Amino acid sequence: MAARRAITRKNNHNIPPERKRLATEENVDMANKILVVDDEPNIVLSLEFLMKQAGFQVRTASDGEVALTAIAAEPPDLMLLDVMMPRKNGYEVCQAVRANPDWKDIRIIMLTAKGREVEREKGLALGADDYITKPFSTQEVVERVRELLAGAG
Amino acid sequence: MLSDGVIIASALAYMGVLFGIAYYGDQRADAGRSIIANPYIYTLSLAIYCTAWTFYGSVGLAAKSGVDFLPVYLGPTLMAVLFWLVLRRIVRITKVHRITSIADFVASRYGKSSLLAGMVTVIVVLGILPYISIQLKAIATSFSLLRQYPVVAMPAFSTHQPFWADNTFFVALVLIAFAILFGTRHIDITERHEGMVAAVAFESLFKLVAFVLVGVVVTFVMFGGPSDLFQQAAARPELAALMRFGVVPGGYGGWLSLMFLAMMAFLFLPRQFQVLVVENVDETHIRKAIWLFPLYLFVINLFVLPIALGGRLIFAEGNVDADTFVLTLPMIERMPVLALLAFLGGLSAATSMILFETVTLSTMICNDVVMPILLRANPRWLAGRSDLSGLLLGIRRAGIAALILLGYLYFRFIGESYALVASGLISFAAAAQFAPPILIGLYWQRANRRGALIGLSGGFLVWAYTLLLPAMARSGWIGVGFVEQGLFGLELLRPYALFGLQTPDPYMHSVFWSMLVNVGGLVFGSMLSRPNAIEQVQGSQFVNVFERERHDGDALLWRGVVDTVQLHDLLARFIGPQRASEAFDRYLDGKDDYPLQADPQLIHYTERLLAGAIGAASARVMISSIMMGEVLSIEEVMTILDESTQVIEYSRRLEQQSRKLEAASAELREANDRLQELDRLKDEFISTVTHELRTPLTSIRAFSEILLANPDMEVEQRGRFLSIIVKESERLTRLINQVLDMAKIDSGRIDWRVEEIDLRALIQDAINSTSQLFHDKAATLREELGDRPVTIVGDHDRLTQVIINLLSNAVKFCPEQTGEVIIRLEPAADCWRIEVRDNGPGIAQDQHKLIFEKFHQVSNSLAGKPKGTGLGLPISQKIVEHHNGRIWVESDIGQGAAFIMELPM
Repeated sequence: MAARRAITRKNNHNIPPERKRLATEENVDMANKILVVDDEPNIVLSLEFLMKQAGFQVRTASDGEVALTAIAAEPPDLMLLDVMMPRKNGYEVCQAVRANPDWKDIRIIMLTAKGREVEREKGLALGADDYITKPFSTQEVVERVRELLAGAG
Repeated sequence: MLSDGVIIASALAYMGVLFGIAYYGDQRADAGRSIIANPYIYTLSLAIYCTAWTFYGSVGLAAKSGVDFLPVYLGPTLMAVLFWLVLRRIVRITKVHRITSIADFVASRYGKSSLLAGMVTVIVVLGILPYISIQLKAIATSFSLLRQYPVVAMPAFSTHQPFWADNTFFVALVLIAFAILFGTRHIDITERHEGMVAAVAFESLFKLVAFVLVGVVVTFVMFGGPSDLFQQAAARPELAALMRFGVVPGGYGGWLSLMFLAMMAFLFLPRQFQVLVVENVDETHIRKAIWLFPLYLFVINLFVLPIALGGRLIFAEGNVDADTFVLTLPMIERMPVLALLAFLGGLSAATSMILFETVTLSTMICNDVVMPILLRANPRWLAGRSDLSGLLLGIRRAGIAALILLGYLYFRFIGESYALVASGLISFAAAAQFAPPILIGLYWQRANRRGALIGLSGGFLVWAYTLLLPAMARSGWIGVGFVEQGLFGLELLRPYALFGLQTPDPYMHSVFWSMLVNVGGLVFGSMLSRPNAIEQVQGSQFVNVFERERHDGDALLWRGVVDTVQLHDLLARFIGPQRASEAFDRYLDGKDDYPLQADPQLIHYTERLLAGAIGAASARVMISSIMMGEVLSIEEVMTILDESTQVIEYSRRLEQQSRKLEAASAELREANDRLQELDRLKDEFISTVTHELRTPLTSIRAFSEILLANPDMEVEQRGRFLSIIVKESERLTRLINQVLDMAKIDSGRIDWRVEEIDLRALIQDAINSTSQLFHDKAATLREELGDRPVTIVGDHDRLTQVIINLLSNAVKFCPEQTGEVIIRLEPAADCWRIEVRDNGPGIAQDQHKLIFEKFHQVSNSLAGKPKGTGLGLPISQKIVEHHNGRIWVESDIGQGAAFIMELPM
C-alpha cells in the first residue's frame, strides 16, 4: 500500500528548495520531532541532514538500546528505524514501542538493506507504518515522512 | 619287609579305596548332589593324560635324551590355550546331541553313519592296544622289581614262559574284574560315570603326590639339593649334555611333530574325549582348566630331570633300566615306604588309564560295532526282547575283557621290543587321525561322510603301514624285509621313508604322510560328492551349534507313522520302563493322555534319548525298525529340506532388502537435510552480501542526491560529503573484491601461486603498504622480525593480503594518538609464528571463534568506529589454512588483541 502510494504521488513532490528551509529558529519548538536510528554513521548523517533540511527537529541513535533510551527521554513523532543493528535490532525496537500505549502515536518507518518481501511483511506486521528499502531516494524518504505526519495530524 | 603279601595287599587296598570313592561318587550323583561338579575335580580328571608312561617313561626318556620328554606335555599345554575355542564347541555339540563317545561324535557329524562309527572304533581299538599293553608292562615290571626289595635287579622277562606263570597275566585279570565292577556296575547305562571320574581325580592327585615325593627325596635326601645334583651331573660330560636343548633328536621339526601328536592325542584319545567332553558337567569348568591343567603338568614334570640325573649318577654302571628309576631309587636308598608309595603311584597312573580307556572303548564297541551288526542281522530277534539293557551290559563287559586281554597279548608278543615311549607315540599317532574329521567338521559345513570315510581310512592305512607294521616287524612277527627294502622291494615304499622322504624320526614321518592323506581325502572327497539330507542337517547343526541351540531340522527326517506306545516300549527296552515313562511325561508336560500317534518331534526326542544309550547311528536304525509305512526317501527329504531352506532363504533376503531400503531412505533423508541446510546457508549468505553491498550504496546515493539538490552548499560541507562518497565507494569495491575472493576460495577455483618466498620481506612489504594508516592515526608500529631472511613455500600475494588485513585491523581498533601495534616474527616448534598485537579495546572470549565467521563483526556501540567488510578474517583464515597453518586470537576485554598465525617451516 505504502509503496503504491509513493509511486502515485511521485509527480507532485517537487518542493522548491526555499520551502525546505522552514526550520527557522522560531518554529523549531513547533516542528515535528524525528528520531533517526541506524548503526551506519554515514547513513545517519545523510538522514539527519535531509530531515533538518525538511524542517524537522532531529535526534539520532546508533543502535536499538540507545534508541529506546532516547524515546523514553522524549518520545518523537516519527522514527526512521534501521533493521540490522547491534544490541537491539529494528524489529525489537518496533515491538517495544508498540507495546507501550503511551507511544502509540509514534510513527515508524523501517529502513532496511534486506530487500526480501518477507522482511517487509514482518516489519508491517510488527506495527511499522511504512517500510523503505535501502538504498533509498532522498526525495521519497522526505515525502513519506511528511505524508505520515500529515495523516497523523 | 616288602613281601608279596604286603605289596599285593596294599595294591588291593588301594584299589578298594578307589572303588569306595567311585561308589560314593555314584551314590551322590544318584541323589543329585554331584561331587565332581567343580572345576578342580574336572581339571584333575584331565590328568588321566599322565599315565604310567609319564610316571616311569618320562624319567626314562629324560635319562636318555634330556629335555626331549617335554613336547608330550607342551602339546596339551598348547591345546589348553585353545580350549575355549575348540573344546567348548565340542562340549556344546556333545550335550545338544547326547553324544556318548568319540566314535559317536564322528558318526553324528557325518550323518549318523554307522560305518564311520564302526571305523573309528576299529581304529581306536587297534591304535590303543599298544598303549594298554605298556600300562600292563609298567605294572608287572614295577611289581617284579619291588618284590625283590631290597635287591635292585632287572627282572628277566621271558616270552617263553607260559602265561599262567606270568604275573602280568594276573594283573590283567584283576584289572578286568575292576574295570567291569567300575564301569558297568550300573544297570543304568545312560548316565555319565560320575563315580569313575571322582576316582580318576583321586588317582591324579595320588600319582602327583607320589611322584613329587620321590623327586623331593632324590633331590634333597640322596643329594644335597638341586644345585648339588646338577653340579655333580655337570661334572659328567654325558650327563651335562642332557641339560641342554641341543640333544633333541630331529631338531625343531621333531619337537613340533611330537607336540602336534600330543595336542591331538590329548583331545582325541578315547579316554581323553570321555573326561574332557562327555563327563564335562559344566562348560564354565573349562575356563579354569585352561590354566590349572598346565599347572598340574608343570608340577608333575618338575622333578623328571632331577630323578633322571640322580638315577644316572647312582646307577652309573647302566645296569638299571632308566624307566624304573622312580621305583629303584627309593629302593637303593632303603626306603620301603617310599618305594611302596612310588609303586602305588605308578599303579594308580596305569590303572586309571586302563579302567577308563577300556570302559570307554567297550561302550564304543557295543554301540558302534556289535549293536549295528545285531540290528542289521536280526532286528526281529532284538525287537522281541523286552529288556535289552542286560544284553548291552553283557556286550560291554565282554568288550572290556577282550580289550585288556588283547593288550596283554600285544605286550607279550610285541611290546617287549619297544620302550614305553615308543608304544605310547604309536597310539598318539592313531588318535591324531580323528583330528581332521572332527576339527575340520566343526568349522567346514561342506565336509561330508564320503570325505570323512576316505580321509580316515587313508590316514589309518598310512599310520598302520608306517608305524604299526614296522613295530610288529621289529618284534619279529612279520618279516623285517619290507621295512628295509620297501614293499615288493620298492625303495619308494619303505615305511620309514615313504616316497624317499627322510625324517629324523618315524613319528614325524608318519604324522606328515597320514595327515596329508587324511586331510586331502576329507577335503577332496567332500568336494567331489554331494552330501545327503541328514549329512547336511548334522553338518549345519555342528558348525552352527552356537548360533542355534535348538533346531528341529532333524524332526523333518521322520515322517512315518508310529504309535506312541510303541515308541515308549522301544525306549523302555534300552533305558528301563521307569526312566522311559519319566522322559515321556517330561515331553508331554501337562497333557493327560499320550497322543495315539507320535509327532515327528516326539520321535526325534526319543531318538536322542536312545542315542544316549546306544549311540546315534544305532538309535536311528532302531527307530526306523518300528516305523510303520514309509520312511522318507532321500529325494523327499531333499525336497522338504530344499523347501524349508528356500523359505528361510527367501525371508532372510526379504529382511535384508527391507533393511537395505531403510538404510537407503535414512541416507536420502540425511542428504536432503544436508541440501536444505546448504540451501539455507546460501540464502543467508546472499541476503547478507546484499545487505552489506546496499549499506555503502545507500550512503553514496543519499549524499550524491543531497549534493545534486543543493548546488549552493558550503565548500567545506561539500568536501566532507564528497569524501564520504569516495570512502563508501572504496568500501564497496573492497567488499566486492572480497566476496569474489571468498567465493573463489570456497569453490576451490582460486589459483595458488606456490613459490619460495621470504616471509620477513613479505611482512616488510605489508608494513609499507599500511604505513599510511598508522600515520593517519598517529599509531606506532614496533617490528620484531629478526635479522635474516625466512624462507617458506607459499603464495606471496595471498599471504601479503593476510598480513595487511591483520595490520589494518590492528590499527583500526587502536586508540587515537596512543595506538601501539607490535608485529613479531619468530620460530616456534616446526613452524614460523607471526604475531600482531594491538592495544585496542580487546575482544571478549566468546567472540574469539565468531570473528572468523563470514560477516560477523564484533558488536561495539562506540560511534564512529570504522567498519570492515566482515570478510577479512574469514579470508585470512582460509589462506592460512591452505598453507597448512593456523590462525587464532588471544585477547580479552580491555587488554588489546593479539592475532597469531603459524605457518609450517
